[in-house]
Amino acid sequence: MAKAAKTLDVRVDYVTRVEGHGNIRARVEDGELVECQLEVIESPRFFEAMLRGRSWKDAMFLTTRICGICACGHGSASLKATEDAMGFVRSEQTERLRRIVLHAEQLDSHWLHVYFLVAPDFFGVPSVIPLAKTHTDVVLRAMRLKALATHICRVLVGRHTHPIGMVPGGYMKLPSVRVLKDLRAEVAKVEADVQATVDLFATLKMPAFERETEYESITNADEYAFFDGDLVTSDGDRARPRDYGQIIHESIVRHSSAKHVKNKRESLMVGALARFNNNHKQLHPKAKAAAEKLGLKAPCHNTFHNNTAQVVETVHCYYDVLRLLDELIQAGIRDEKPPMEWSGEAGEGVGIVEVPRGTLVHHYQYDKKGIVTGANLVIPTNQNLANIEADFRAYVPQLMKEGKSQDEIRHALEMLVRAYDPCISCSTHLVEVEFR
Amino acid sequence: MAKPTLMFDALSCCEGCELQVVNCGPALLPILERADIVRFREASDGDADHYDIAFVEGSIVTEHDVEKAKEIRAKTGVLVALGACATIGGVNVVKNFQDPDDVSEYVYGDKKAWFPHIPARPLKAEVKVDAEIHGCPINPQEFLAAAKCLLMGKPYKQPNYPVCVDCKLADNVCLWHKGLPCLGIVTRAGCAPFLCPSAGHKCIGCRGLVDDPNAQAAKDVMAEFGLTVDDILREFRLFQGIYDEVAKEA
Repeated sequence: MAKAAKTLDVRVDYVTRVEGHGNIRARVEDGELVECQLEVIESPRFFEAMLRGRSWKDAMFLTTRICGICACGHGSASLKATEDAMGFVRSEQTERLRRIVLHAEQLDSHWLHVYFLVAPDFFGVPSVIPLAKTHTDVVLRAMRLKALATHICRVLVGRHTHPIGMVPGGYMKLPSVRVLKDLRAEVAKVEADVQATVDLFATLKMPAFERETEYESITNADEYAFFDGDLVTSDGDRARPRDYGQIIHESIVRHSSAKHVKNKRESLMVGALARFNNNHKQLHPKAKAAAEKLGLKAPCHNTFHNNTAQVVETVHCYYDVLRLLDELIQAGIRDEKPPMEWSGEAGEGVGIVEVPRGTLVHHYQYDKKGIVTGANLVIPTNQNLANIEADFRAYVPQLMKEGKSQDEIRHALEMLVRAYDPCISCSTHLVEVEFR
Repeated sequence: MAKPTLMFDALSCCEGCELQVVNCGPALLPILERADIVRFREASDGDADHYDIAFVEGSIVTEHDVEKAKEIRAKTGVLVALGACATIGGVNVVKNFQDPDDVSEYVYGDKKAWFPHIPARPLKAEVKVDAEIHGCPINPQEFLAAAKCLLMGKPYKQPNYPVCVDCKLADNVCLWHKGLPCLGIVTRAGCAPFLCPSAGHKCIGCRGLVDDPNAQAAKDVMAEFGLTVDDILREFRLFQGIYDEVAKEA
C-alpha cells in the first residue's frame, strides 16, 4: 500500500523552545516503526528526598524551585498540601488572592508559550528575536502582556519566579485596597491586547492530527477549575484530591526508566486542552466567544489545539482576574495574620491545582513538630510523557503516508512536542527519563 | 566589526534565571542590537562554535554536568555563573546532607542505579568562572547592569555588604524582632529593598554569604533569639550548604 518512503531516521538532540532538555528519536525501517521516543536527558534533582527534614514554613521555598515557569503553581499546590496537613481552612480573602496569583501564572506561561515558543514555527523563523524586526507590533504586544502577568505576581507575592509573600495560612504582607485598585487599572489597560492575541491565533492553522485519548483535569461545580476540585477524566472517572492514586497510576515501563502515568488506558493527557474538554461549559462568556472564533469545539482530539486552548484560557483568566480584583476591592482588605506555629500534631496533606501544563499534585507527611517526613509530587509533564509517545506512534505513519520529507517530519514532531508545552525540568524531579 | 556573541544555557536547575532574562522585556532590545545571541535553547533554535560571553545557570549534580560545563568553558571567552545554582549550588545542595544512596532509593526505588549523581556543586567547583550574578532567581535589573559592564569589557562588581544594610535604608522593621530567623545578617545584598524582607519575609540566603561575614555577631543574634543548632543548619542548608565554615560556626 505504501507509496511513500519506507525508511525514516529522525534524530533531534535538544529540542529547542521547550523548558528543559529533551531529544526526539524516530526510526522507520521497511515501513515498520521501530523506534519512536522522547528522551528526557535532564539531570535528576531529587526534590521529594530533599523535602524530608524541611520545616512546614519552608516546604514552599524549596518546591517553588522545581520550576521557573510554574513557580507560583508549585507554590499554590505546596501551600494547599501543608494547609491540608494542618487542618487549616483558608479565608475567602486568601482564596481570592491565591486564585489571582494562579491565574497570573497561567497568563504568564501561556503567553510565553504561544508567542515566544510556538509562534516562531508559524512565521517560519527560529525564535522570537527576528520577529522583533518583521512583526514589531506582535512582539511588543507579547512583551506588554507578559510584563502584566509578572506585574500581578510582583504586586501580590513579590515576584513570579519565585513567589515570596504567600505562606501557609495566608500572606506575610497584604496589598491595600489602593494597591489593588492600581493593579486593576493596569490589568484593564491590556484588554485590547488580550483580544488581539485571539485574532492573531485565529489566522494560524494548526496541523491536522486527531488521536482521541483520556483527558484528565480537576473540576468543581462553581467555576472553570484551576485552584480547587476533584480529579476527573473524560472516561468518567472521578476521585477526591486525597484519593488521587485512584486515577493517577505511576508506573515504570520496560522500555524506559520514566515513571509514566496512566489511568485505565495506555496514556492520558493533562493541560489546557484536557481542561477545555472537561470543563468548557464553565468558561467566561468572552472565552467561549474566543473559542468559537478560534474554531475550538469540545471534545477536541487534536493535540496541536492545546496551543489554541491555551489562548482560550488566557481570555478566561484575564476576565476572572478582573472579577476577583473587583470582589476584593469591594469587600476591603482585612488584616488577617497567618499562623506562626505548627498545630502540634502529625499530619498528612494533599494539594492539587491546575498549573499551565496540567494537574499538579503535592502530597506531604509531617511529624508533630511540622517537619516533612515524606513527600510525593506528581508533575503534569510526567503525566503527558506516555501520551506524547502514543501521539508519535500515530503521527509518524500519518506524516509518511502524506509523503512528508524527513526534515518536514522532524519539524512536525518538534512542533508536536512543543504543543504539549513540556516542562522537562519539572518532570525530572521524580525521574530522569531515558526512553530507549 | 562583528558583534560579540552571547549564549545562555542551563545545567541542573529550574531554568528560572533564563526566564528572568526573558522577563527583562523591552530592556533587552538595546543588548540585542549590540550583541548576537547564538545559543539560547529555551527560547531559540541555533548554536555556534565560540561564545564571547556565556551565561550558564544551574548546578552540577551529575558527571554529565561536569563534562558539559567543561565543554562550554572551552568554547567561551567570559563565563558568567547565572543565579544561585551556578554561583553557590542553590537548593540542589540540600541533598548533600542526606545519604546519597538513600536519596536515590527514595525517589527511584529499585531503579536507583540508573540515575547516578554526585554531590551538588556550583560551576566554579569544576571550571574557572569569570563573573557571578547571584540570586534565586537573578534580578533582571542586576542582569542588565552586569551584561552592560561585560559588553563594555569591564568587570561586573557585585555588592559586598549584607542585606541588613539595604533593609535599614528601606526602613524595614528587623524580622528577628518578629520572630523570624532572617539570614540577611550574613547574606550578600543586591536584592533588597525590593524583595523578601520588604515583603515581610525572612531572607533565605539565596545570594550566598557576603565576603568575610561577621560570624560572631550572627552567632550572638541567633543565641539571643534562642535558635538551636538544628534550626540554624536547616536555615543555612537551604541554599548555602557548600560552606563548611557555616556548619563549623554553628
